[in-house]
Amino acid sequence: MSANTHLLKGATLPDGTVADILLEAGRIVSTEPRTAAPAGAVVVDAAGLVALPGLVDLHTHLREPGFEQSETVLTGTRAAAAGGFTAVFAMANTLPVADTAGVVEQVQALGRDAGYATVRPIGAVTVGLAGERLSEIGAMAHSRAAVRVFSDDGKCVHDSLLMRRALEYVKTFDGVIAQHAQDPRLTENAQMNEGALSSELGLKGWPAVAEESIIARDVLLAEHVGARLHICHLSTAGSVDVVRWAKARGIAVTAEATPHHLLLTEELVRSYDARYKVNPPLRRDEDVLALREGVADGTIDIIATDHAPHPRESKECEWDAASFGMVGLESALPVVQTALVDTGLVGWADVARLLSQKPAEIGRLNDHSHAFEPGSPANVVLVDPASSSVFGLDRLHGRSGNTPYEGVTLSGSVRWTFHEGFATLRDGELAPVGEAAVR
Amino acid sequence: MRHLLSTKDLTRDEAVRILDLAEDMAAVQTREVKKLPALRGRTVVNLFFEDSTRTRISFEAAAKRLSADVINFAAKGSSVSKGESLKDTAQTLAAMGADGVVIRHSASGAPQVLAQSDWIDAGVVNAGDGTHEHPTQALLDAFTMRRRLHGAASRGKALDGVKVVIVGDILHSRVARSNLWLLRTLGAEVTFVAPATLVPVGVGSWPVEVEFDLDAALARIRPDVLMMLRIQSERMNAAFFPSAREYAREWGLDDERLVALGPDSMVMHPGPMNRGLEISAGAADSPQSTVLEQVANGVSIRMAVLYLLLSGEREALS
Amino acid sequence: MARIVLQQADITRALTRISHEILESNRGAADLVVLGIPTRGSILADRIARQIAEIESGVDPAALVGSLDITMYRDDLAHHPVRTPAPTQVPRGGIDGKTVVLVDDVLYSGRTIRAALDALGDIGRPRAVRLAALIDRGHRELPIRADFVGKNLPTSREERINVRLSEIDGVEEVSIEG
Repeated sequence: MSANTHLLKGATLPDGTVADILLEAGRIVSTEPRTAAPAGAVVVDAAGLVALPGLVDLHTHLREPGFEQSETVLTGTRAAAAGGFTAVFAMANTLPVADTAGVVEQVQALGRDAGYATVRPIGAVTVGLAGERLSEIGAMAHSRAAVRVFSDDGKCVHDSLLMRRALEYVKTFDGVIAQHAQDPRLTENAQMNEGALSSELGLKGWPAVAEESIIARDVLLAEHVGARLHICHLSTAGSVDVVRWAKARGIAVTAEATPHHLLLTEELVRSYDARYKVNPPLRRDEDVLALREGVADGTIDIIATDHAPHPRESKECEWDAASFGMVGLESALPVVQTALVDTGLVGWADVARLLSQKPAEIGRLNDHSHAFEPGSPANVVLVDPASSSVFGLDRLHGRSGNTPYEGVTLSGSVRWTFHEGFATLRDGELAPVGEAAVR
Repeated sequence: MRHLLSTKDLTRDEAVRILDLAEDMAAVQTREVKKLPALRGRTVVNLFFEDSTRTRISFEAAAKRLSADVINFAAKGSSVSKGESLKDTAQTLAAMGADGVVIRHSASGAPQVLAQSDWIDAGVVNAGDGTHEHPTQALLDAFTMRRRLHGAASRGKALDGVKVVIVGDILHSRVARSNLWLLRTLGAEVTFVAPATLVPVGVGSWPVEVEFDLDAALARIRPDVLMMLRIQSERMNAAFFPSAREYAREWGLDDERLVALGPDSMVMHPGPMNRGLEISAGAADSPQSTVLEQVANGVSIRMAVLYLLLSGEREALS
Repeated sequence: MARIVLQQADITRALTRISHEILESNRGAADLVVLGIPTRGSILADRIARQIAEIESGVDPAALVGSLDITMYRDDLAHHPVRTPAPTQVPRGGIDGKTVVLVDDVLYSGRTIRAALDALGDIGRPRAVRLAALIDRGHRELPIRADFVGKNLPTSREERINVRLSEIDGVEEVSIEG
């Protein structure tokens, strides 16, 4: 279909070279300079735009099934496309919980039908996220959804023996446990980072040690049983230290940080504005700097959004009653540019690794990310790094508006997103729903 | 002043102004006609998401003595019982034409959320929010101290150099927080005494000294004011300390410690007291005790606050 | 441009005359209380009390004079930024059964005096209430008149009367502006 032939003229590849990228039949055909476009190709003037492999989010809450008032697979993947993502891993805390082959296959099919991004469901580690017995991990792994990432995200697999068994069992299927590291007893009714500020505001503290102690335990368990381990949303300086130590020891651990933990601090909580309520909580300046350093030196492998949509009434209320979470798909790349690229900590090749190549590798998402070799899948995003603008609700395309960035000036904007050669985002405009669904 | 949410927001001049105004209100309390027409036609809602008969009747008396119409609204908070949301409640009160809302809530920050919202355009008084603040309690405590120290010559004075020791469950106490900020603003020196489990994390960056040993603190500081905080039994169940007996022995104000304190120090308690736990009957009923003055002064302070917030034309929303 | 209408000597003369008139109408200083309305009314009341003590031997001016704050009784509280009240001070003997002379600097609409009468009613029951004003500028909006007047000054509503007293203003004069 000729509409799916695109020539991206003059794009800057992650390594800095300028290329004319020809996308045809869902593949990158060539990146050689060319004077003329093939007949029927849509020519995109990509001069000054950075081309990245389609972004892959290892940590998205799509809310469907069960919480469709917050988000659906369709609205969530539209938000993903607007943010430059071509694949999202959908967390398991839906209703019913994604702990059976049936649920994960349903979610995956909804994603395929919507047509905006590849949806890879994450399976629950334990039945109903209850932390008591393993869910049917094998059935999910062997389902059409081919689940490789398992997580009780939102809850921690806190029982040490159960965590050990989970780490061991997923080895069978080349899977990985993505741990939400939070000691439940140390964080009962916790509301924000524990420290002088939580004491002043009278909000129950979520101490750093509640995260760090679980990570320390789990890296040692992973070492002991020889399994892969992934740590979700690192938020403290101490967590970075523990992971750094584990990697130096040769433990097969990977770690993620969210954009918000790389930019925002607990000071925002002074407003008691529940848009800043998130789990793990926003931390101190020192933690933000340590996380950035961890990203720069490779301790932190990937950046994932923890996109967590909530309806208005869950945020328009007193702090204690509000839900945890922020939407993040549309703001992720601008925040990463603002916090890491503009500050000189990482380059665009690192961004490609942090937000695409490495998360795809951890999630065993094959034939999706790439380094712009001919024959690679045509998952490409074009970013305008020179733009800078005040982030507003008009930039959001999901069903919920709980962004912490409203009114914040962020660098960069996503202009085009190509998913398997199909332009899901066209110079800032999402492809129509009907067009995406029938491609 | 549009709202009173925290004593941290008050400047020294504002705080002294409130205390001075409370002197005028206290003078009215000694008259035969204890009422002033200043808030005639204004409606004050006591919005209590958490039971506190004492605080509610104190605000109610204050509002009525200023001739305001008072509506008492005992609500169930959304966090606790999935009752009506704060937003819906606020919009209901706005529709009723409330000019002032006195709010008590178990969630820290709920008064600030209400004040910042566009749900209601009323003056908001924090009557105690979670473990955050209780500003009118701190103001009435400062007023009580000032009157004991300076009597009829109190007007215009602050509390410079006054040594205050606050003992007990600092961790969960909004009274301790509000008192610390206000007392520091007024020039007093504050020490917290508590078992380490009841000292808030990060208190090292606050303008306060912390001691674990009550006897050592009393001997070293020789405080002008000793404020005992209420200990709630649920703290014991959560293992912040092993038993009531051990708490009373280590951190209670018993008769022996009262003697050691000396006759010139005042003993304060925000009430209601657990006699025999944090304070002995002898100490509670001693001449040093200001407990009943605190109650009386509470009405004067709350009159002053309601007058300052609600008597003038409503300031435009910023 | 401000035009001076009373100078220091005029003010002193007016207060002396008012003091004499008060004593005459009260037939002496017995059961007399002079209450000034803050701020400048209180200063004038002090001066009148001292004058009375000079005229009538054996009178203690402190036992005669007080100050009556009317802030809380104003009918325009809601139309202005918050006003800070001044303390009310009543002589030790109280006001019950006494003749109370209210003292203000300028009598205009009469609303201040209306508020003062309400305030007075809340602190006691005088036998009679009289009103003394340094300036009566007219334009009454209520059925109130002064018993003792320093000077009647016909004005237009657009004009402003400024009373300045040495105790707080450093100068002593009454001027008209506008």
